[in-house]
Parts: sequence; C-alpha cells; structure tokens
Amino acid sequence: MTPLQIDMIKMKYHLNDPLYSQYYYWLDSLFHGNLGYSKEARLPVIDAITQKFPSTFELAIISTMMAVLFGIFLGTKSAVKANSITDQLSRTLSLVGVSIPVFWLGLILVWVFFAQLHWLPQFGPWNITNIDLSLRYETMNHYTGFLLIDTLLNGDIEFFWDHLIHLIMPAITLAFASTAILIRMMRSSMLEVLGAEYVKAARAKGLPEKVVINRHARRNAMIPTTTVIGLTFGGLLGGAVLTETVFQWNGIGQWSAKAAVGVDTPAIMGFTLITAIIYVLANLVVDIVYAYLDPRVRLG
Amino acid sequence: MKAEKSGKPAEDEASGSKPVRDSLPDSNADADKKVKTKIKKSRLWLALMPRLKELKFDAYLMSKSATSIAGIVLLIILVIIAAFPSFFATPADPSHPEMMPWNPLLWEPRPPGVDGFILGSGLAGADIYYGVIWGARISMAFAIEVVGISVIIGTLLGLLAGYKGGVLDEIVMRVTDVFLSIPSLVLIMAIAAVLGRNLESTKFALIMVWWSGYTRIIRGQVLSIRENTYIVAAKASGSSEGSIMMRHILPNSWAPVVVQATMDMGTVVLVMAGLSYLGLGAEPGTAEWGQMIYAGQDRFITGSWWMVFFPGMAILVFVLAFNLIGDGLRDVLDPKMRR
Repeated sequence: MTPLQIDMIKMKYHLNDPLYSQYYYWLDSLFHGNLGYSKEARLPVIDAITQKFPSTFELAIISTMMAVLFGIFLGTKSAVKANSITDQLSRTLSLVGVSIPVFWLGLILVWVFFAQLHWLPQFGPWNITNIDLSLRYETMNHYTGFLLIDTLLNGDIEFFWDHLIHLIMPAITLAFASTAILIRMMRSSMLEVLGAEYVKAARAKGLPEKVVINRHARRNAMIPTTTVIGLTFGGLLGGAVLTETVFQWNGIGQWSAKAAVGVDTPAIMGFTLITAIIYVLANLVVDIVYAYLDPRVRLG
Repeated sequence: MKAEKSGKPAEDEASGSKPVRDSLPDSNADADKKVKTKIKKSRLWLALMPRLKELKFDAYLMSKSATSIAGIVLLIILVIIAAFPSFFATPADPSHPEMMPWNPLLWEPRPPGVDGFILGSGLAGADIYYGVIWGARISMAFAIEVVGISVIIGTLLGLLAGYKGGVLDEIVMRVTDVFLSIPSLVLIMAIAAVLGRNLESTKFALIMVWWSGYTRIIRGQVLSIRENTYIVAAKASGSSEGSIMMRHILPNSWAPVVVQATMDMGTVVLVMAGLSYLGLGAEPGTAEWGQMIYAGQDRFITGSWWMVFFPGMAILVFVLAFNLIGDGLRDVLDPKMRR
C-alpha cells in the first residue's frame, strides 16, 4: 500500500478525527441502521449478528433448561434435608461450580468424553469433516435459523442427531456455573420459606410432606430464583464467549472473541451494544414476571 | 454475581451494634483486661479497642466453621507461594521472572517427573511447575491491585453519592447503571481489546468496570444508615461531614463490601485467566494460568494432559479459597446469623 492509499483509508473511516467525533459518526450510522462492517465475519455487523445469534440462542436455552432442572431439584433437596449427604454434595457442587474456570471445564470434558471415551465429538455445531452434511446445511431451508428445529422441519434426522450430540458438551459446560448459582439461591430461599408460618400451618392441617414442599414451599421459594434464572439466561444470550470459543461454536460469543483479538472495532461495538440491549430486556422481562409471580409487588 | 450485588441492599443495617459479649470465651475477656491495664488509654487505643474486640470475636466465629478453616488454610499456602515464589521455583532469568523458562532443545512436551519437570513440561521445555508457582504470584498481585483499587474508588463514590444525595447521587448512580447493565466479561473484553494485549491493560479494563458493584452496595447501606439516630446525634454534637462519613457511616456499612471483595478476589482471577485464554490478557510465554491453558490446549487433546490440567487446578484452588472464606465471612459479619 502506498502512503496515499493509507491516507485515503484513514479519511474514509474518519481515523484522523478525535474520538468523540468518531463516536458521533458511529451513532449517526447506528440510527441509519448501519453498524459497520466486521472484517472477522466478512459480513456487515448487522448480518453477522442475525446470522450467528440463533446458534447462541439454541445453546443458551438448552443449557438454561438443564440448569433450571438440576438447580431447582438439588436446591430443594438440600434445603429440605439440610446437612444430609445430598446437602453436603450439592453445596460442594455449587462451590466448585462458581470457582471453576469454564473454559478449563470444557477442555476437561472434551478430554474425557472425546479423547478418552470417544462418546462425543470434540467441537463444532456439526461434523464439519463430513462434507455431505455441510452440503446439506447449505442446501436446506432455514425456516427458523435454529438448527435443531430446521433439521427436523427438513426431515433430516441424521443431521438432527449429529447436531444434538455436538450440543451436549457445550450445553453441560455452560449449565454448570448457572446450576451452581441456582442451587445456592434455591437452597437459601427454600430454607427461608420452610421456616414460614404458612408452611407450619400446612403441616399442622395434616397435608402430606410432598404437597407441603412442592405446592406450598417451593412455589414461593421460586420467586427470588426466577430473577436469577432470567438474568442468567440474559447473560447467556449475550454470547457465552469462553464456552463458544472452546467448542468452536459458531455463535456471537465466539465471533466477538475473535473480533476482540483481531481488533475488529465495528464488531466489538456492535456486539457490546447488542449484549447490553439483551441484558436490559432480560431485566425488564424479569421485573414483569416478578410482578406476576408476587402480587405484593403489584400492590406496592 | 451481579444479581447478588444489587439484590441485597441494606440487609444488615444493624452491623454496627456490638455482638453479645456473654458468648465470648473467658480467655478473650482476660486478654482484653491485660491489654487494658498495660496500655494507657490514649485516644487511638480508645478508638481501636472495640474494633480489636470485634475482630477477635469475628475470628472466633470463623474458627467454628470447617469450610472457613479450609479456605484460610488454602489461602495461607497461596500467600506463602505468592510471596516467596523464588523459594519454590528459581527463575532462569531473574530480570523477567514472570516469563516461563524455555529450552528449544526440549521441544516435545515431557510428562510429569521426566527430565526433572515435576509437573511436566509444555512446548519448548516450558516448565509447568514453574508456571503454576509464579502464576500464583501474578494472580495474587493482579487480584489485590484490581480489587483494592476498585474497593477504594467504589466505596468513596458510594459514600459520597449516598450521603450527599441530589445531583451527585444521580450522576454516580447512572454511571454505575451503565457498567452494571452489560455483563462484565463482555465490557472488559471490549476495553481490553482496544487497549492492547497485555496484563496491564486487562488490569485497567477490570478496574474500570469493577468499582461500580461496590458503589451500589455502599450507597444502599449508606441510605439506610444515615437515618439512624446516632448519625443525627453526631450531627448535633457538631461533627464535620467528613468525620460523620468516615467514622460513623463507613464502619457500619463495610461488611457486605468485605464479603463481596473477598469473593471478587477469585472472580477477578477467573476473568483474567479467561481473557488470557482468549488471547487478550497475558502475553504468550507468561507464567499466567489462563495463558498456559491456551498454550497447552492443542497438545492436551492428543495426550499431554498435564499442560492444561495443572494450571486449571491452580485456578480452581485459588478461586475456591476465596469463595470459601467469603462464604464464612458472610455468615460471621451478618448480625442476623451471629446471635
């Protein structure tokens, strides 16, 4: 490149301008629906986000479902039988879960289930070495963008299965930390509820313990837990950067990590913006759901 | 984490009230008497005595929980390693002890115990044991700096915002809202990407984001504490605003910040390791655990498990130690739990 060409590029992208006017240009084009071009994705930022978001969403929803199931089950169990072995185990699990580096957990899982046991594939959204599958991916109809649903709608059971087994390890990795937080939340709020008068009343009128726990106690203990679930899901929707990188999952998280390393500024800006929007929306939804679950909030 | 931070404002507003003395073991009371007779009651001691008593009582409560003890033992080991790393692993290049020693003649990774590598070696003879030991120093220094500076900034801003209120409060709290409305890893990643690939810029990016959590906690505490009668009394007796904030409000509002900061010591290291793993933190070849995992991950799958396993275990132990202590502290410092 000649110096003249470099100067022309600098002029074109306003690189000689001070930061605040560069920011103004960015805001200006944002309001015209233009977020710039991501050199990492070789796509405009908007297209990159819409194209990669469904895979992130898929991963987020499956791992949140896993986390909710395990977290609520174990949290309730350990509160009902406080200081039992189940309680000790799930408390240890939740401590390890918040302390473990998520990318390391992913690598260890890969080592155990791929390298040693050969049960699960190493990484990627599907078996990329299988050219037939990649061809089918190009030619099939993408109704929703969610590969699990699309493959089923296309009647491609083999692809569906392949995608599903590729999903297991990243989903478990992501779910681990969220499960840990949920166990802790659920346990403490369940302990609080179990000491309440209405639980005593329910027991006093002779209801079976199962009904007391499941209907009277857990429903109320779920209220604060719902907040955590919503925020966790919102956080995961913003791209699980580390997990997606470990498993080379083609979502916005992996894209943003690549963009950050490659100093792909429009991509970083766009990604940060979209993450903030998702997180704020998740907060809003949580507030609304909270008012629905807890009538006291509505009245007050 | 964020939800926890914001979810419990003013939970233990009564932390200023002194614990029940009857439950103190006799030895402590005796020791207190001795100290009392030894030292003439200077102003400083009058101020320090109740706080020392309080600390002693906290330590006594902590010593009753097995998990706290486990955390403290782990922490002591980590602190010793972080303070004297040369004692455990002598640096090959004393001017750059943070870089792992390497030897191109030993290109292939060696398993643990072979060729004098206690925990094995990475590519080009990078000593994993050396990395694990010096990584503790790097992580500890990093965490202390980030959490320390963030706590100072966050506490001061929170105190001012909560006590002064008005426009200042609005400005400070809206700025913290900005930082708390984006998942921290994303924002830190974006800042670190702009600042360049090294630990210094990671540190800077983390501090920029991290103070906001403490500001929110402290402000919530201050709002409930400043309505107490003892604050009104202090005002009536003519104390200055600064003295009220530092001597009456701060000592009664720091407990949740201490708990949060303890746990954040671990979280900060998790974030640092994560960024290094992505290629945004420590430079290649640094004895930093996340970077070591990044360097080892390709060979890890093909059999050199030690390259990834040991640095990861080091992170896990480090973070676990602080989480265990944080859990214990939360129970001890919460006045509802200690009666």
